[in-house]
Amino acid sequence: MTFDRTRLGFIALVAAGLVAPYLIYPVFLMKGLCFALFACAFNLLLGYTGLLSFGHAAFFGSAAYLSGHVIKELGVPPEVGILIGTLLGLGLGLIFGSLAIRRQGIYFAMITLALAQMVFFLCLQIKETGGEDGLQGIPRGRLFGAIDLSDTLTMYYFVLAVFLIGFFFIYRVVHSPFGQVLKAIRENEPRAISLGYDTDRFKLIAFVLSAGLSGLAGATKALVFQLASLTDVHWQMSGEVVLMALVGGVGTIYGPLAGAFIIVTMQNYLSGFGSWVTIIMGCVFVACVLLFRKGVVGELSGLLTRR
Amino acid sequence: MFKFKVVAAALAGAASAWLAPSAIAQSGKMSDGVVKIGVQTDLSGIYSDLAGQGSVLAAKMAAEDFGGKVNGVPIEVIAGDTQNKPDVASNMARRWFDEDKVDMIVDLPGSAAALAAVKVAKEKNRIAMVSSGGTTRLTNEDCTDRTVHWAYDTYALANGTARAVTQQGGDTWFFITPDYAFGHSMEKDASEAIKAAGGKVLGSVRHPFPGSDFSTYLLQAQSSGAKVIGLANAASDMMTTIKQANEFGISPKQRLASMIVMITDIHAMGLKTAQGLLSTDGFYWDLNDETRAWSKRFFERHKRMPTMIQAGVYSATLHYLKSIKAAGTDEAGAVMAKIKATPVNDFFAKNGKVRADGRMVHDMLLTQVKSPAESKYPWDYYKVLKVIPGDQAYMPVSKSVCPLNKK
Repeated sequence: MTFDRTRLGFIALVAAGLVAPYLIYPVFLMKGLCFALFACAFNLLLGYTGLLSFGHAAFFGSAAYLSGHVIKELGVPPEVGILIGTLLGLGLGLIFGSLAIRRQGIYFAMITLALAQMVFFLCLQIKETGGEDGLQGIPRGRLFGAIDLSDTLTMYYFVLAVFLIGFFFIYRVVHSPFGQVLKAIRENEPRAISLGYDTDRFKLIAFVLSAGLSGLAGATKALVFQLASLTDVHWQMSGEVVLMALVGGVGTIYGPLAGAFIIVTMQNYLSGFGSWVTIIMGCVFVACVLLFRKGVVGELSGLLTRR
Repeated sequence: MFKFKVVAAALAGAASAWLAPSAIAQSGKMSDGVVKIGVQTDLSGIYSDLAGQGSVLAAKMAAEDFGGKVNGVPIEVIAGDTQNKPDVASNMARRWFDEDKVDMIVDLPGSAAALAAVKVAKEKNRIAMVSSGGTTRLTNEDCTDRTVHWAYDTYALANGTARAVTQQGGDTWFFITPDYAFGHSMEKDASEAIKAAGGKVLGSVRHPFPGSDFSTYLLQAQSSGAKVIGLANAASDMMTTIKQANEFGISPKQRLASMIVMITDIHAMGLKTAQGLLSTDGFYWDLNDETRAWSKRFFERHKRMPTMIQAGVYSATLHYLKSIKAAGTDEAGAVMAKIKATPVNDFFAKNGKVRADGRMVHDMLLTQVKSPAESKYPWDYYKVLKVIPGDQAYMPVSKSVCPLNKK
């Protein structure tokens, strides 16, 4: 029963993804998918391991910069560029993670924030990132040397494929024995230790995976918009991804996806209000936390199972 | 009799059906049945005073003065807030061109945002007319055949002000520069002008944009011992730097020279703080009868006098609409050909011309801020010291690295 349901969910997701660009503006969808992957990666850490990182923009943004740089300046093909961005995310995740997991709660969040601010400062200062200008005019190039990505629809399906691979990977991780241990750590870490698990190691692996997937999302976004800018590494981006996960539903597999699209839609269609967007988003956030604490998807699935 | 009427009506109907397609074909040269002008500006950040709602109003005034219609299709003006961020500007431009049928974007404050948006305009074959963004990269390294750079650029301002200050004896400089395209261009262009005038640049420091505390940079400027501290930052960044320099007691000993000063900045600082400040400007409302007439109309609706950027948005939009009319179509290539072929003559520019690289060359003004005693009526802020002819004010074609000049 549950197996059928998840399979049905996946099929519906893929079908919706395939049809969507004919109904909705594809560039908007691509933005949504990149942020959805980012939010899902973040959720792997917050929702399934119980670690609140406040520095995920560092992985997202630095991967965007590096992949943009190698594609633009060194002329590597886009798939290799994205791979390099992902590797940077993994590497940074290893450094951040091995320092941060030694502490818990607010201290964990503060360490990740501090390290992310260092990355922000680096991105602001080194010449290659172009300071406030960002890295502009990144060519989309040809995928595997054959498929021209400058066409919006082709690019969309490439982004969809990247997202689905990442999404499925996260699903597999969460539903593996490894994922079960992560959830055990989230629920009760001392008990997990007493059962003989080296919890630090599990937490570190989860952190690195989450960082790598964030890097994947950032690198893809750089290719979509042909641009990597300070916005991607700014701490506000770290806050936004928390918001996406919370609004959608922490600890649910589809939650971050829904949350990302809700936030991106709001940013897109409320942009006429200028700086009021942040205030409106703040209100939505407060309303979400007060009214449906499990997030949109969390509450919906709660309703379904209760029935 | 009745039958005749029916036949006549049928014939008339058939005739109008026959004629209708040609009418459609004619307006078919005008894409989407509307000319849409998108004002990308800063509605909430530090440039909202010098551009912002004033720029939106200026574009609307241009559309109204043109009669609200061009080649039989209505003109529409929409506005968006880029927050001076390149990613926001780029996304907005893409959405406007793809979904909202925007034909031209104008204003573009924040050089980083402007550079991002003109690339999208080129990709989508639409026109971008930059009035706020100041970097010379727009008509050099990053020039495109779909960009026009209207009101000013960093070369013209730096060349005017830095040279004048150096010639007055301020021959050693230290720069406080915002870390983005505009600041980099400004510092580079000013340094060249200073060297050409026999001065020396002792050093520079870059600050994040927008900034709020400039004390560390001011202390570095102080210890450099330079006679002049050049401020390559704009609007509230520049004003905060001046205020803090006063508080630190730096400014009477070392002279401050702002490379970009808008009339709204003077209004905000007050004449007491700003008096004596030299600056180069592309427009001053109180220059002649024509500028006064337009500026008063603007003032009635905006309650503030126009900056050169807002006047530039009006002038650029009007020139664009005239060019559409002359070209008979709103296709970007044909319109751009007319934009470059026609001289610009309005209250903003006299015999201005748009060069192959997209630079609109017009006369600039070297001005000095009046003292409170000299100012006779509201907004009476400037003495015009000199009119700098366009071909001396702007970077000569021979120095520009834009490949479009080679043709």
